[in-house]
Parts: sequence; structure tokens; C-alpha cells
Amino acid sequence: MPNKKISKLKRQIVQASHFAGEGHVPSAFSVLDLLWVLYDRVLKFDAGRPNDVMLDRFVLSKGHASLALYAVLAEKGFFRPDNLDTFCKYDSALGGHPDCNKVPGVEASTGSLGHGFPIALGMALGSKIRQIENRIYCLIGDGECNEGTIWESALLAAHHQLSNLCCIVDHNHSTDRALELGDLAAKFQSFGWETLTIPGHDHEEINRALNHRHPSSPLLIVAETTKGYGVKRMENDPAWHHRAPNDREFKEILEELS
Amino acid sequence: MSMRKQFVKTIESLLTFDKKLVLLLGDIGVFGFHNAFKEFANRVLNVGILEPSTVSLASGLAKSELIPIIHTIAPFLVERSFEQIKIDFGYQCLGGNFVSVGASYDYASLGCTHHCPSDVGVLQNIPGMEIVVPGTAAEFDALFQQGYANGHPTYYRLSERENLSSQPVRFGQANVIKKGSLATVVAVGPVLQHVLPALENLDVGLLYYTTVEPFDYQTLRENLATSGKVLLIEPFYSGTLTHKVCQAVKPRPVAVESVGVPREFLTRYGHAADHDELVGLTAKNVRARVEALINA
Repeated sequence: MPNKKISKLKRQIVQASHFAGEGHVPSAFSVLDLLWVLYDRVLKFDAGRPNDVMLDRFVLSKGHASLALYAVLAEKGFFRPDNLDTFCKYDSALGGHPDCNKVPGVEASTGSLGHGFPIALGMALGSKIRQIENRIYCLIGDGECNEGTIWESALLAAHHQLSNLCCIVDHNHSTDRALELGDLAAKFQSFGWETLTIPGHDHEEINRALNHRHPSSPLLIVAETTKGYGVKRMENDPAWHHRAPNDREFKEILEELS
Repeated sequence: MSMRKQFVKTIESLLTFDKKLVLLLGDIGVFGFHNAFKEFANRVLNVGILEPSTVSLASGLAKSELIPIIHTIAPFLVERSFEQIKIDFGYQCLGGNFVSVGASYDYASLGCTHHCPSDVGVLQNIPGMEIVVPGTAAEFDALFQQGYANGHPTYYRLSERENLSSQPVRFGQANVIKKGSLATVVAVGPVLQHVLPALENLDVGLLYYTTVEPFDYQTLRENLATSGKVLLIEPFYSGTLTHKVCQAVKPRPVAVESVGVPREFLTRYGHAADHDELVGLTAKNVRARVEALINA
């Protein structure tokens, strides 16, 4: 039974993409459950004080899933939901990749893969240096794990025992066609991370994992997800990676999500 | 004192009273900072040899309201990490300090992998990036203290070679060393050692730049020789600042020539002075180029 809130957010995402003729909708659907649970149950934030370094922070390293982040931030009061319909318009704050200087609640400007994770690592290290008791969350894509900076950062975070850092991998296997990643959890474990593997659309499992205590090392959550989750025509179809639904598809998708 | 030793001294001093300062070393200069490692263990880190991630990490520190300094050899700091500097600092509008060693071919004996005459030209492409080329250790100290906490990404180019004496430098401001009417020479950072003797007894103006970004257009505009002839003496790729000169004097026509590093791989070894000789960064060649420009 689909979560009503998630269905609503997905409809908003599809609508924003349809209006823009743009957007990475399947990537957004791949991570939406993870982001929703994070913001709804775990992350300590204040929408009235975005980017407050004393509170918890989240970095969407796979910036092309921005529509999911925008929908969640709007739902949580960082900005008005009707802004979603301006997605990718010339004067909109909401671009195809998130801009931290335009969008309240966006902690880092990402889009070039392999940047957000080491930025989050720097935030976690910064909190340790300043003795701030917050937590830093980051979401990376499995394709993003092709980037060398991911592994450089994995090495660094373990070395500095960043127990305030939690990284989630959106493991939807979309780039297996290019480069097999093998056992991601085992790889991060070998770097010194604690790891959990969960079904990435199960809210209870996501919540349990995000609340898992890891007192002496960073935590990696491998979230097994489906790209385009919840819309049959999009699920695991590379043709939909960066394509907006036309009028007919838009109506049909909204019906499917109702 | 060398610029590298001054760098240690300056940073150690700043670490003492500025608790926001964090030094990240790319496994370079570690011995020099051995006291700082002990005294400021949580703010002086030998991060390792992973420059792109170090730059991104540093931007995360900046987002935690800290002031990062990243230090390693020029090509690995600038060329390897260019995208990280561009996006994580430039695009995100964050402040940080990038301090390189191994200017141009300072590491001549190590070969082309360790040369970096492109650094200034490359970094000029990042909006908001500041670029500082001190000519002496004392100038580095003054410029760093003036600029390190100004909220911009700033590149400090340490050189193994220095001018014989320091100028009273100000961040973002050029020094008028002398005025003249036949031509204007614009000297950047450590090349002043070659330029000063080259201009003796010539009616040629000399402007000295240690901040090349933001460029001090006004000083050049106000001191342009009546002849409209400019000779740039650059310790990096020749012609890197030509567009700055044209911009400064616009709409006046100007004839600009440059002595600097040619865009070639300098595949021989030896010492930096050998490459200086090869590319013409010598007092003798500067004199010849100035005279040729005057007589053209």
C-alpha cells in the first residue's frame, strides 16, 4: 500500500517535471522515501533557520535527484510548495541541480558527482573541531561511487572516526551497465565504516537504520532501491533517466499515483 | 627567510589567536609544521595525498564557519583540483586559502609533472577567485594577514625564489616603483629581481603587482606611459595578464608584449635558473625586450 504522503510528493514531482519539460524523475523517486523519512523522523532542523550549523545537516550529493529534495523541503516548510511548479524556469530558485545560495534548506550546491560527499565529510569534521553535537547526513548515488573522491572520502572519514557522519547509498543499480560495484557494504567495511543494508523504500527499515548508533566510526547505509519506484513505466528504464512526461503520460502517471 | 618558512611562521602565529583557522596539508610541509601539529592538534591536519577531496572537505569546513588553508604542490592543488575549487568554493561563494609551493618550474629537477606555470591563468577563470603572487617572504606575510579571512577563495603562490628586497604591499593594490614615459613595465611577484636592474637609466615606468586578481586597473590606467607601450613580465605563462592590461587602459590603444613562460613542456631538468635563462626571465633579456619595445 503506497504511503499517501509519498504519493502526494511524487505527484508534485511529476507535475514540476511536466511543467518544466525537464527533470530526473526516476532518480527522485529512487531516493524519495529515504529523504522523507530522514526529514520527517530523524533530522533535527528548523525551517525558519536554514543552514544553521548547530543543527543536523543533509547533503544531496547526487544533485540530479533535486526534485525529491525540493518536494521534501517544501513539505517541511522551507519554501512554499507552489514554487515547485517553477522548476527550471529562467528566474526560478529551483534548478535541475540544487543551489545552496538560492534554495533554503539546501546545504551544498551539487550536480558534479563526487563533490557532496567530501563536503559533508568536511562538515562532519568541522563539527568535531568546533565540538558541535550535530549529525551530518549525505546521500550518494551508486553511479557516483565510480568517482575517485568517493573512495578518498571513505578513507578519510574512517581515519578521522567521524561518528557524526552517515552516508546513504542509493543503490538502484542504474550504472551497473558501466561498472560493477560489487559488494559496496564490504568495500566500505574494509575502509573502517560500519554498514547496514536495507530495503530502500521501507520506511520502518529506513528509520531504524538512520537511528542506528555508531559511536566510533562513520555509518554507511546501502539502500537497495528501484529507480523510478512507484511508476511502472519508469522503473529501471534508462530511457526515462532525464526525460519529462508529455501530456498523455502526465495524466496516466498521476492516475497511477492516485 | 624563505617564503615556505615564512608561511609556517605566519600560520603558526595566526593559529594562536584565530580559532577558526584550520590547516590542511597534502603530505607536504609536514616537518615544517611539527610544532603546530602538537600545539593545534585538531586544527592542523596532514590530510594525505588526495587533493580534490581535500578541497571539497575544506569547503565543508568553510560551511561550518571555519577558515581552511590548503597547502600542497601547485599542479596538484590547482590543476588536479580545479573543479573542486571552481564549484565548492567559487560557485558556493565560500572563503578559503589555497597556498601552493613549486611555482612554475621551481621544481625543475623533478620534471614537467611538477611544473605549473598555468596556475594563475587557470584560476582566473573562477569568478570571485583572488590570486596573490608575493615577491618575498615578508610580502607573503603582509598579504596573507590582510586577505586570509576576507570570505573569498584566495590563491597564494609561494615561490622558491625571491626579490632582494620587499615592497610595502597592500592586498589588491599595485605599487608604483617608478614613473616613465617611453613604456610601462608591469612586473609580477618574484620577477622584480630581474626587472629592477634591467630598467636602470631608462625613462620607463615600473608597476609592481602582487595581487593579480582582483587586478588593480586604476594604478595601470593612471600610470600608463604616454607611448601606450606595455611590457608584462610574468613568472607564469606569458600573456596571462594581457587582457587585464587592455581592459585597464580601454579605450586607449595599447601595445602589449610579454616576457614569461612559453606554453611548451620544458622537458629539461637542472635548476629553475636554467629555465629562467631559457625563457628569458633574466635582467639582460628584459632590458633587451624593453629597448626593442621602446624603439619599435
